[in-house]
Amino acid sequence: MIKTDPLRFIAILLALLTIVAFGHMLAWSLWTLPPEAAGLSLIVNEKMPESGVDAQVTAILLNFRSYDTLLELVVLLVALLGAWYLGKLHLPPQDSKPGLVLEGLVRFLVPVMILVTGYILWLGSHAAGGAFQAGALLAGAGVLMLVVIAEKVAVRDGVRLRALLVAGPGVFALVAGGLMLSGKLMLQYPQQHAGSLILLIEAASTLTIGITLTLLFAGGRPHRGKTD
Amino acid sequence: MSLLDWLFDGLLGLTMLWLGIRVVSGAELLNTIMSFIGLGILMALAWMRLGAPDVALAEAALGGGVTGALLLAAFNRLKDAPSVQTEQDDKD
Repeated sequence: MIKTDPLRFIAILLALLTIVAFGHMLAWSLWTLPPEAAGLSLIVNEKMPESGVDAQVTAILLNFRSYDTLLELVVLLVALLGAWYLGKLHLPPQDSKPGLVLEGLVRFLVPVMILVTGYILWLGSHAAGGAFQAGALLAGAGVLMLVVIAEKVAVRDGVRLRALLVAGPGVFALVAGGLMLSGKLMLQYPQQHAGSLILLIEAASTLTIGITLTLLFAGGRPHRGKTD
Repeated sequence: MSLLDWLFDGLLGLTMLWLGIRVVSGAELLNTIMSFIGLGILMALAWMRLGAPDVALAEAALGGGVTGALLLAAFNRLKDAPSVQTEQDDKD
């Protein structure tokens, strides 16, 4: 026999009541939603010709709401700095040497992934794709290398690495500042150059995102090196 | 929408719900991480079904890929670190 604790019984009853009430609210709000809401898509569609790109998502991320994206890139940088302050880079020792097949596969896959990264970055101007997806793919290639052939990829802290880490937000901020100096609003791209400016920012951001995510996976600050 | 679409979407939704419950209530840490990665990939599929390829791409790469790799790396480090579990057991 299970002892019936009155407090426990009340707690379960309350939880059930909450679930039922919340479920009803959810169902009701879903029911009353208009079947097809236009939202902001009308405004976006109207302004698309001015954006410099053909993909709506890229237009919003890199043009209409580019300030948010700039801050997102800074958030990524701050996250990495946080990880760096926690300690030095210490890759776990590998249990065994990777087999010929695994190492061969990685050596074959990484260049292909880098190629696809460039393709997805380019795709961002007119279809689904863009800097974040391409950067994540680049990070995937980096993580693969760190997992399988870590001893052959020497990650060294230095000017080159740091330049790559700030390339995305740096180029973004330079574009923003340059536009302000030329008498426009911050990040108000001139219409005829909007496409190339967006591609420039996205290319730099892709490198930064890819390398930042890879280093977040590695964890910790790499040792200083002379080579890089 | 055809019957097959309904079937697929229903199965997708239920599987995601099941994986979600596994993620928050699983006892074995490695199992929960695996469930989370699976959930991320199915989530990408769900975004695709909803007609949002951009979100699907990002979810597949970040949710399924990078976050999963990060969690696995953290798990590996936790294994080497002094166990948190024993500390809790001592308190009990």
